Amino acid sequence: MALNRSRRGRAGSAYSRIAGARATLGLTITYAALLIAIPVGALIVRAAGLSLAQVWRTVTSPRAVAAYELSFAAAGAAALINAMFGGIAAWVLVRYRFPGRRVLDAMVDLPFALPTAVAGIALTTVYAPNGWIGGPASSLGVRLAYTRIGIVLALVFVGLPFVIRTVQPVLRDLEPELEEAAATLGATRAQAVWRVIIPSLLPAALTGFTLALARAIGEYGSIVFISGNLPMKTEVVTLLIMARLEQYDYAGATAIATVMLGLSFTLLLAVNVLQRWAIGARAQER
Amino acid sequence: MRASEAGLHTKRCGAVADPAWVRWLLESITLVFFLLIVVIPMAVVFSGAFEHGWQAFRESVTNADAAAALRLTGLAVLVALPVNLVFGVAAGLALGAGEFRGKHALITLIDLPFAISPVVSGLIFVLLFGINYPIGRWLDAHGFPIIFAAPGVVLATVFVTAPFVARELVPVVAEHGTEEELAAMGLGAGFWQMFFRVTLPKIRWGVLYGVVLLVARAVGEFGAVSVVSGHIRGQTTTVPLHIEILYNEYNFPAAFAMASLLTLVALCTIIATSVIEWRSRALARGEEAS
Repeated sequence: MALNRSRRGRAGSAYSRIAGARATLGLTITYAALLIAIPVGALIVRAAGLSLAQVWRTVTSPRAVAAYELSFAAAGAAALINAMFGGIAAWVLVRYRFPGRRVLDAMVDLPFALPTAVAGIALTTVYAPNGWIGGPASSLGVRLAYTRIGIVLALVFVGLPFVIRTVQPVLRDLEPELEEAAATLGATRAQAVWRVIIPSLLPAALTGFTLALARAIGEYGSIVFISGNLPMKTEVVTLLIMARLEQYDYAGATAIATVMLGLSFTLLLAVNVLQRWAIGARAQER
Repeated sequence: MRASEAGLHTKRCGAVADPAWVRWLLESITLVFFLLIVVIPMAVVFSGAFEHGWQAFRESVTNADAAAALRLTGLAVLVALPVNLVFGVAAGLALGAGEFRGKHALITLIDLPFAISPVVSGLIFVLLFGINYPIGRWLDAHGFPIIFAAPGVVLATVFVTAPFVARELVPVVAEHGTEEELAAMGLGAGFWQMFFRVTLPKIRWGVLYGVVLLVARAVGEFGAVSVVSGHIRGQTTTVPLHIEILYNEYNFPAAFAMASLLTLVALCTIIATSVIEWRSRALARGEEAS
């Protein structure tokens, strides 16, 4: 481990002496500038070109505000559910052995690998009033598809891997000495879990939560089928942007999209900070 | 001894092992969770695809519109893969091993397509190349329409898949350091020799992992492509868009038939990533032991 650290420390100055260092850096910057910076810049420039009054009107219209609220609330709820059940699932997958564990572990990646359109139609069919789960639910009087609950369910599917995959490596590297020390100091199992293990998992869990949140806020494909797209009721921000585009209201779409872009950027920064905190915390433990 | 083995020794003292009822409860919760959220939707796709039998399935995936959709998806992948692979390797090397001012800003920039909503990504290209705007108008007048045409679909796919290989490689390269490359240079190796014989073997699992994820995303991209394509059947639909059209026409068996193709691709993806994970973890464990 210490060897790795010194490697990383010396790598910085060493890299510039390696053949091709300038070329790879130049290629990276050029490509990133052309493909990413300029198009994203175009969005910001266009947004800046809109009249402030127009932007304000669009961004604060009741329909837009309802969409922001729903996007946030649904994404937050889904990320929370994923944090809870994902934490449990990560624990089960790392700590216990049972037949089919490897299959379950591989399945965690499915929402990440599956096209959102496929997820969308599958979930809608399952939770529709005549679906395999929606049917029994509707006989109990609960509607799942075409409601906000349906949106949250779809977002839970989409965000499933994020918490599990960020918590698993941390759990795996957790040293048993910590738990044993807690036991020798007289802690019960519950105390050991609550006061020793869970705090060490917190940075990773928070990172996973934020990743799932960011993903859920921007989600489109899995939502467009299950939400029913009712403005003010089940319309999230991405659906609203799409609706504006279909009416060729580019200005309105741009205004709303810029707000979303700012939000995504903030969340991205938050994730980077959290990840560096998590890495720092683990390095300290070693 | 690793923590993962601690659970096996259930006969150890109580404060270090979970009681049996806790294990049972957590395992059941996890299983039910996965059943509801993952397994049942997947089963629905395959059962819906074959609802009207094998012949109907074959017709749905081989008719003209389906073939056109498959071709356009294939084209998008064939362009996005090599381009973003080269970029990803260069970025992984430059950002993983280098230190310079603005490195973190550049990493964040490259992560941006991963973080922003696909719909916003599509909108970005409509704003750049749409015919309401100067560049787009010029291109369209000269016979190179981008938006509502195949090139736009391909471009949007390249944009959203740009970060994938780079993200995987930056930590891998940072972990490995540059000792071997410096040694190779000291022994007289040129750039390409050094790259193919020293660097590439070190990072190949990261590259493979990134490539697999990239292909999965490129095949399944929906939001960005939906904005950019105009949904013109037979010309600008990719497979996911085709599925959407079929579903909205209530043609469920055909929609699920195409969806089952994509699901198979996704299943191959997770098998591939699992294998790569196990192999590279075994490799790391072997390195630690030696």
